[in-house]
Amino acid sequence: MRGEALRMVAVWAALLALLALTVFMAFLPLGALKAPVAYAIATAKAGLVLWFFMEMRREGGIPRLAAAAGFVWISVLLILSSADFLTRM
Amino acid sequence: MADEGALHEPFFELHRQHEAGRLGMLVFLASEIMLFGGIFAAALALRLHHEQSYIDAAHHLKLWIGTANTAVLLTSSLFAALAVTAARGGAPQWCGRALGAAAALGMAFLVLKAVEYAGEYHEGLMPGTPPADFSSPFERLFMDLYYLATGLHAVHVTTGIGLLIFTAFNRKARNDRSATFVGNIALYWHLVDIVWIFLFPTLYLAGVK
Repeated sequence: MRGEALRMVAVWAALLALLALTVFMAFLPLGALKAPVAYAIATAKAGLVLWFFMEMRREGGIPRLAAAAGFVWISVLLILSSADFLTRM
Repeated sequence: MADEGALHEPFFELHRQHEAGRLGMLVFLASEIMLFGGIFAAALALRLHHEQSYIDAAHHLKLWIGTANTAVLLTSSLFAALAVTAARGGAPQWCGRALGAAAALGMAFLVLKAVEYAGEYHEGLMPGTPPADFSSPFERLFMDLYYLATGLHAVHVTTGIGLLIFTAFNRKARNDRSATFVGNIALYWHLVDIVWIFLFPTLYLAGVK
């Protein structure tokens, strides 16, 4: 139980470090890369929460599939609704 | 809910019942993601079509409050995860304390949000107040989206706090070594956290110039 609790605290520390990183990166002159960097860090944070806090690492295929379903459909929504705008010259 | 941890019809095994409950929660959470998905899609469309207005409007938001609230929710999620660990390890008091800490941090989140809303009210950023110096109607559109997104999220935080407190005082849930109910409530709380993790770059970081 102690090892498990320490692991959770380590994940939390990583999450706060990523938060500090994303705020720091937002002030850098990254231009068009600013939003992709911010969302990449957000995805990493969400991944840590899903994998450790939501214990997807212990789950079998079906719960993982159920957890992924929402994210899969939302990416379809976002990709298809921006596809035309982003690819038209 | 009352006798959590006990075997119910139509299940013949406790661990099957546990798995079914967890799967049901995950499917519900997937539907929650789609609910917020509409808001994220609207934000994406607004940003792609009116990028400058989007950035100008987002610049009005208080980055430090958004950042502090992200840290508060992440810490709150840690306590929800620790509550599950404690219940499984047979430490019901620690489980209750961790759930209480998670709920208290959820309330701290709402207090900070209220402070932020009050500041925005005085600056005229809210709909129905004398408008701030918005240079385009799309900035107002961003602000409307911001209130819709954070308002819906705050409703989820409020629901989550209620569930955390209910669970903290539920002895059977705390004493359940398989942490079925505590685990499902924690799942809900983590999802509320994940939604905020994505709202943060969408609303706050977008405005950093």
